[in-house]
Amino acid sequence: MVDATSLSEPELTESRPRGGRLATLFRRSESLRGYALLSPTLAVMALAMCAPTAMMVALSFWVQSGFDITMTFTLDNYAKVFTNPIFEALFLRTLMISGTCALATVLISYPMAYYVAFHVHRRKLAWVIMMTLPFWTSYLLRVFSWKVVLGYNGAINSGLMSLGLISEPLEFLLYSPEAVIITLAHAWAAFAILPIYVSLEKIDRSLLEAAADLGDGAVARFLRITLPLSMPGVIAALLLIFIPTFGDFVTPALVGGPDGMMLANIVQKMFGKLNDWPLGSALAISMMIIVSIMCGGLIWVTRQIKERAI
Amino acid sequence: MSSDDSFLNIEQVTKRFGAVVAVDRVNIAIRTGEFFSLLGPSGCGKTTLLRMLAGFETPDEGEVYIDGVPMSGVSPHVRPTNMVFQSYAIFPHLNVERNVAYGLRKEKLSKQEEAKRVDEALEMVKLGGYGKRKSNELSGGQRQRIALARALIRRPKVLLLDEPLGALDKKLRTDMQIELRQLQQSLGITFVFVTHDQEEAMTLSDRIAVMAQGKALQVASPKDIYNRPTSMTVADFIGQMNFIEASVGQVADGVAALEAKGLGRMKAHINGTAVTTGAHMIAALRPEKLSLTDSEPNGGGNVVKGRIEAAAYLGDRSHFHVRVDGLDQPLAVAAPDLPFVGDGAKQEGRPVWLTWADDSVILLDKDTR
Repeated sequence: MVDATSLSEPELTESRPRGGRLATLFRRSESLRGYALLSPTLAVMALAMCAPTAMMVALSFWVQSGFDITMTFTLDNYAKVFTNPIFEALFLRTLMISGTCALATVLISYPMAYYVAFHVHRRKLAWVIMMTLPFWTSYLLRVFSWKVVLGYNGAINSGLMSLGLISEPLEFLLYSPEAVIITLAHAWAAFAILPIYVSLEKIDRSLLEAAADLGDGAVARFLRITLPLSMPGVIAALLLIFIPTFGDFVTPALVGGPDGMMLANIVQKMFGKLNDWPLGSALAISMMIIVSIMCGGLIWVTRQIKERAI
Repeated sequence: MSSDDSFLNIEQVTKRFGAVVAVDRVNIAIRTGEFFSLLGPSGCGKTTLLRMLAGFETPDEGEVYIDGVPMSGVSPHVRPTNMVFQSYAIFPHLNVERNVAYGLRKEKLSKQEEAKRVDEALEMVKLGGYGKRKSNELSGGQRQRIALARALIRRPKVLLLDEPLGALDKKLRTDMQIELRQLQQSLGITFVFVTHDQEEAMTLSDRIAVMAQGKALQVASPKDIYNRPTSMTVADFIGQMNFIEASVGQVADGVAALEAKGLGRMKAHINGTAVTTGAHMIAALRPEKLSLTDSEPNGGGNVVKGRIEAAAYLGDRSHFHVRVDGLDQPLAVAAPDLPFVGDGAKQEGRPVWLTWADDSVILLDKDTR
């Protein structure tokens, strides 16, 4: 309980700090208070992210011998990762699949986000929620439903056959890289629509009027004003889709077939059936580094383009 | 309707937003090289009318002609107009140079030519050497100048300005008013300027259209708007005005005899107003047309006795509220420096006499306000 006398004399209690030096420091330093507030999150991060990552890094320099792991430092795992042609082929395929997926998702999502941002005037939120609806169901469920759509006797094949457009089911639809791309693009669409929508919504409409006033038709306006100003959203969408899909293993495992297998499937097998944790760790760490470099590169390139434009 | 030298004709233009009539059958003929202002309180339709000139809004009825060409169906990007936006609409992803050069794309100039045009435009708005600045490194006044340069670089036939000085502080605004006027004079381009600031409109314009509730109430020179307002709304919006109810007596030789409430018999020049004997009208008097003395004046003429209710000494002049028996409102009086005001002596209650000339009375119809 607060007593009445201390409330009536606030300046007295302030000029007489209680507690030791630590308490004074805590009161004075804003950043210290900030970290104190963050501490639960930081603890979780340290335990559940930094520690396992550090373990992975350590593991990647060790050797698997039988069921044991020998703790002698070696670069053999990385040598294998970067010389084995299988990994190279898988890396290129993964890059192709997640890169195409990110581009395709952004290309499909942009018009949707554009339509809602510029042509819907009432109940915009309802539209945004509707577009992100697929995201509300389980990831696995979405993958399985695409299996139903793309399958040998699936919706597309039977539809096309009953229309008489094809005489035999198209086999490339399921268990192929294309199937992985389609499934992933649908699964991650929400992550593209939202940032693009936000960046489009933020564009001051008077800028578009000014561009029209200065002689630009609709196409020129889009290319010279709308697109450059929505680029932050597009870049964010590309990264938000590229990064997680690069490491995805569920979708390729379920709809990819042998030709749609990606790097993460190998990593998973290394920690499972193949039982080579150090090699798996080296692969995972390499993937992490490569993705970071590529994302850094993308950001750098767009910044350069922006600087040059200005 | 359009006179010979009129260049931009607004004919019977109406615009509705749902049930609201934003612009109501407006007719204005603007001349070549004229500095024309649309003046009115917010919501009077002046910005909507300007946006219809630019092509951002389409009139529901009527037509806008620029240089004789009807503008309906002509998109904003092909109209011979350019606009300075209220928010300036400086493109944030482009620097000053590229903002200013934005509208030159279709002219397909060589790099040197384009740079020359940009430099000229920047010099014109006194921002030479600012070309490489980023858009977020500009002050409000600089943004306003960039917007002006960006619009003028296209050499439009008509420049539309939507309250471009509204966001600037008073000192900067006064400077920009003078510059804007000089710029318009030297370029000879028709300017259509939207503002709610009557002083600004008076300073800048060749002619003013006073707007209220979507209608253009009066289109005239600043002097005529001030001295010969045609309605109570215009008289009230521009400067200060005393309105006194009066009934009209005999009318002869352009002079009407009036019986004004509280002020008694007086005469007024009718100046073309439709006046009939027996009509109930409003006699309007500007505060500075009333002379104030603290002793009863000799001779005849219009005179009324009153008491000072409030006084404000402003140095070069003084403002008074004078209570006159028989009037509901005290009369506002603006007088030059008077010997008995401003020395700290109490003014309230002092008996004074007001006089005025016959030709300073304006006769107006009662507005249905």
